[in-house]
Amino acid sequence: MSEVSGNRTDDATRCGMTGTVDQRHAYDVQSVRFRYQSRESNTTRWILDDVSFQVYEGEVLGVVGPNGSGKTSLLKVLARLLNPVEGRIDLFGRDLASMPQREVACLVGVVPQDTYSLFPFTVAETVLMGRFPHQPRGRWTGGLGWESREDVAIAQQAMMTMDIVQLAHRVVTDLSGGERQRTVIARALAQTPKVLLLDEPTAFLDLHHQVEICSVLRRLRDERGLTVVLVSHDLNLVSQYCDRILLMDRGRIVRLGGPDEVIEPDVLESVYRCRVFVDRHPGSGLPRVTLPGRHLSGDN
Amino acid sequence: MTVPAPQPSASIRSDAGARVVSPESEHAGLEISVGAPGAILTRSRWVMTLGSLGCVAMMVGLIGLHFGAQPIAYGDMLQVLVHPIGPGTADGEAADVTRTIMLQVRLPRMLLGFLVGCSLASVGVALQALLRNPLADPYVLGVSSGAALGAATGILFGVGATILADVALPACGFAGGLVALVVVYRMATRDEQLPIHSLLLAGVILNAIFSALIMFITSIMEPNRSYGMTTWLMGTLTAPPYGGLVGLAVYLLIGLLFLFRHMRILNILALGEESARTLGVDTEQTKRRIFVLTALITGAIVSVSGMIGFVGMVVPHAVRLTTGADHRLLLPASALVGGTFLMGADTVARTLLSPVEIPVGIITALVGGPCFVYLLLWRKDRLT
Repeated sequence: MSEVSGNRTDDATRCGMTGTVDQRHAYDVQSVRFRYQSRESNTTRWILDDVSFQVYEGEVLGVVGPNGSGKTSLLKVLARLLNPVEGRIDLFGRDLASMPQREVACLVGVVPQDTYSLFPFTVAETVLMGRFPHQPRGRWTGGLGWESREDVAIAQQAMMTMDIVQLAHRVVTDLSGGERQRTVIARALAQTPKVLLLDEPTAFLDLHHQVEICSVLRRLRDERGLTVVLVSHDLNLVSQYCDRILLMDRGRIVRLGGPDEVIEPDVLESVYRCRVFVDRHPGSGLPRVTLPGRHLSGDN
Repeated sequence: MTVPAPQPSASIRSDAGARVVSPESEHAGLEISVGAPGAILTRSRWVMTLGSLGCVAMMVGLIGLHFGAQPIAYGDMLQVLVHPIGPGTADGEAADVTRTIMLQVRLPRMLLGFLVGCSLASVGVALQALLRNPLADPYVLGVSSGAALGAATGILFGVGATILADVALPACGFAGGLVALVVVYRMATRDEQLPIHSLLLAGVILNAIFSALIMFITSIMEPNRSYGMTTWLMGTLTAPPYGGLVGLAVYLLIGLLFLFRHMRILNILALGEESARTLGVDTEQTKRRIFVLTALITGAIVSVSGMIGFVGMVVPHAVRLTTGADHRLLLPASALVGGTFLMGADTVARTLLSPVEIPVGIITALVGGPCFVYLLLWRKDRLT
């Protein structure tokens, strides 16, 4: 599974790795509970219910679970888009809730599920916006804020990583789904984050682009020690590309561990409430999930 | 079988990775990609675009000074502009009349038109980015009709007839605009967030209520006053005294200066609220600040010139098609084009049925409406 691994440090790596961080945990999530506030808040159920786990620095963690199990909410809590009602999250040893939004943005890049764009920004402009949290502010000329050479170089690097250099002048509203997805990932990389959070990064992509994006994520983990948390419905993708897998159901963690520990027939069948077959991937030897064929679905 | 064997694809990817990592290609890439023509906004494109738009604005301004019930020869115009308070020339009295028409009637009105157009287009740009809706402008949110209701209430109670009118009516408009904003904001605020769809819906509802109240006020007025009010509501520019003009200019320019400070943040906000927050923008605070600025600017404009529509909607959209979406260019360019457009429209309004003047709001709607339909059909993909 190892990708090309260079130990060369480029601008992006240097910028991303400036702070001296020795913690082994990128995230330390301690008994977090979340629910949407409403007038009848006492009756609404917890979206996240007493969730505790750690994300190790430099791992690729896959989050899976049925619809409505709280995967996306968990990612938003990690991104500080939602604030936990109870519990505490530490990001590299600091309390996430007390960090300014901009500091979080310097450490954490987020790739949302919906990458639809309304306004005709070019790909290069979009990727350069990833530099925003690093740019100076507060001056009267802050409205203009021209990008520095370093910003352009970092954006360039991010575009090369995602293989979208040739799209630089194209307008995002004209791109295909896969191109747009790669543009948004490049924007997140231009933030030179230590952690990348992705929500269904492969949901609308064909096989080629699914494999490509997952391979790039592994490469970034190997080369830069990037920590990746990705939410996906695709158990096979997660099993093949993630170091550890977090299986959720109804806001709780069912199991957390390597693919062999989580991708087990009895665990999956109880969570997803359907029969599955688990065998070995012929190439990697990692567990592989198959749905029961139509000739078997009746004898359930 | 849902996942292909990763081995072959991964090796292809490795090749690509190796190419990317080599330093030569990195350098070559820098030359051809981010710096590719039109890929990003450069300082030279910024200066060139705004410079040429400024020249066009000046030309339209001069043409506007020329036309009117009585055209002024360009030579005479030049003379007046060179010696604004110069001594009477050979044909003293005629020159004085020309000077008066130009400097006391047409010039202040052109300047007012430019200011109002600038402000309307800028507010439109800000609201469109903030609401992520190319159809947004002060009218959609109900800020304009709120301001109009405020000013109309002022007129109903006779504020307009006092010597305080120059200050009091804009204040009424501003108060009305702010009330509209607060109400619309309260209606749409839930969970300490501001969902964008409910905001638009709240604006529509508010607009209906305010329009009804304005019609009520108009209907209970004396006929001659209600006629003036109807004309004002349709959107009219009238030559202001220079004192009032300077006051308005200072007020609007300060407001616009604050708005222009947010150009880069508007770029980020245009990506969507969640993306903006993950890029480090405090979206709630920024939205509130920009909404208040919008209300302040709109309140003043409406109390001076009534409800001039379509400038805030069409101008930013048309400019965006040519300059691109980067607000660092889009906002100032839209301001210049909006000002130019309103000066031109007002010139047409003055001269088309001369000596009868048409409310300029009718001209902007007649020009802007079809333009908008055309954009809608031609560039349907960009408007969804």
